[in-house]
Amino acid sequence: MSNKLKCSLCDAYATVHLTQIINNQIQKIDLCESCAQKKGVTDSEGFSLAEMLSNADYQPNTLQESCQACGLTLAEFKKSGRFGCALCYDSFESVLKPILEEMHLGNEHVGKLPVRCLKGICKEKQIKTLKEKLESAIKCEAYEDAALYRDELDALMKSS
Amino acid sequence: MIEELIKKASSKSAKTVSKTSSVVISSRLRLARNLKDCPFPNRASIAQRCDILSSIESVLKEISYMKKGYFFKMEALSSLEKKMLVERHWISRELLEIDEGSAVSISSDQLCSVMINEEDHLRIQFIKNGFNLNALWKTVNDFDDLLEDKLPYAFSKDLGYITACPTNLGTGLRASVMMHLPGLSISDNIDKVIRASNQLGLAVRGLFGEGSDASGHIYQISNQQTLGESEKDILDRLAGVLKNIIEHELNARIQYYEKNKEKLIDKICRSFGILQNAHLINSDEAMNHLSFIRMAVDLGFLPEEFRRLVDYLFIEIQPGHIQYPDSNISVELRDIKRAEILRNNFKKLPPLNFDK
Repeated sequence: MSNKLKCSLCDAYATVHLTQIINNQIQKIDLCESCAQKKGVTDSEGFSLAEMLSNADYQPNTLQESCQACGLTLAEFKKSGRFGCALCYDSFESVLKPILEEMHLGNEHVGKLPVRCLKGICKEKQIKTLKEKLESAIKCEAYEDAALYRDELDALMKSS
Repeated sequence: MIEELIKKASSKSAKTVSKTSSVVISSRLRLARNLKDCPFPNRASIAQRCDILSSIESVLKEISYMKKGYFFKMEALSSLEKKMLVERHWISRELLEIDEGSAVSISSDQLCSVMINEEDHLRIQFIKNGFNLNALWKTVNDFDDLLEDKLPYAFSKDLGYITACPTNLGTGLRASVMMHLPGLSISDNIDKVIRASNQLGLAVRGLFGEGSDASGHIYQISNQQTLGESEKDILDRLAGVLKNIIEHELNARIQYYEKNKEKLIDKICRSFGILQNAHLINSDEAMNHLSFIRMAVDLGFLPEEFRRLVDYLFIEIQPGHIQYPDSNISVELRDIKRAEILRNNFKKLPPLNFDK
């Protein structure tokens, strides 16, 4: 039914056909099974990222060369498109920002929050508010209120 | 163990009463999750991977839904067994390359599979027949809550769920719908659909990432973006596009039928004849003929229950399933076995009714 296409890298019969929009350009590539495996095309997202990173126009705007936590280098990341640990996101933040903007619809998470983490975020906010209240109470010399806020803050910081 | 699982899955898909639908074969949702303070699988040492694996395994075994199911360490499976798990979409091709410190847990109803130490520490996946995204999301979300209660996830309030690849960052959600699009394929409109979907940020792939027209006119369409949009918005946006594609597909079939009635009936009857009579058939050819039989059901030429038979055979005729349990059988013997299965299943097919 379809024309038998040849692999773009070798002459074998192409069985993997990838169509993607990269920088508003339609890119099509036909690969045989083994070249596709070698290039990691079985995960089309990973592939697109690696392409994006190897793009010559793209220049990292940071001096950070490796992750302090896991030692992954920027070059390794550019090659595989994958990070080594959660802290890589901090280590390569400035490199990542423009990539995320291009890749996603925004650069801030607006989806599900894990309950456990939600508690942490709530606590963080509560602590921040109490600290502000404490400070302003001290400024106004409302020491009774300040003592109450301080106790509340202590209790909150101690609770796990 | 794996034999029992495959047998159970086969008989379930052959007999299941759950409704099949004309264009959408199945819907799949996948969540990528990682554990806090652990290197991602590609960066972890074997010892670290084994530790992560055993802590996840013990949590999964506390969940009654998974406890009654199956748990396979990758190193304990033969390459043929792994191939069958891929053909059933329970594991990814990527997991085939990884042995030590990786595993898959499959629920007893086979709807849920959890890959451990694939690209991420956890890949949670639910698959169901038909177009089912919202109901499926509720199931996945509840399951994720159960795990999150027991496992410390890597999460940042700005970037969401932290994943090894930035393409999965945020929600970690990949929603993928398997569609049967013979109308758009035979009318040469499929490229337009792929382009339009790509422009809307959706990825279009074949059944197993294989040839776009070669394998049963089956396409998997999924979201590419995971950050900056909530799960509900991701699913609503995908569903909106898919509804459009369904409409185009149905129109393409009607138009093709109206313009090329004899040609289409001829294609269907030839497929029918080959499936009933062939003695040697490879999987690509078989998939294409099955595709025309599925379309014949949709057009009312065959009773509804034959759609289920086709969906069942789409998996049963894959190379791994045909080979099992003998990994050394020749390609020719495989084609003979495949043809035999097809002949047996299409023996009982009623005559095609073109009066509708």
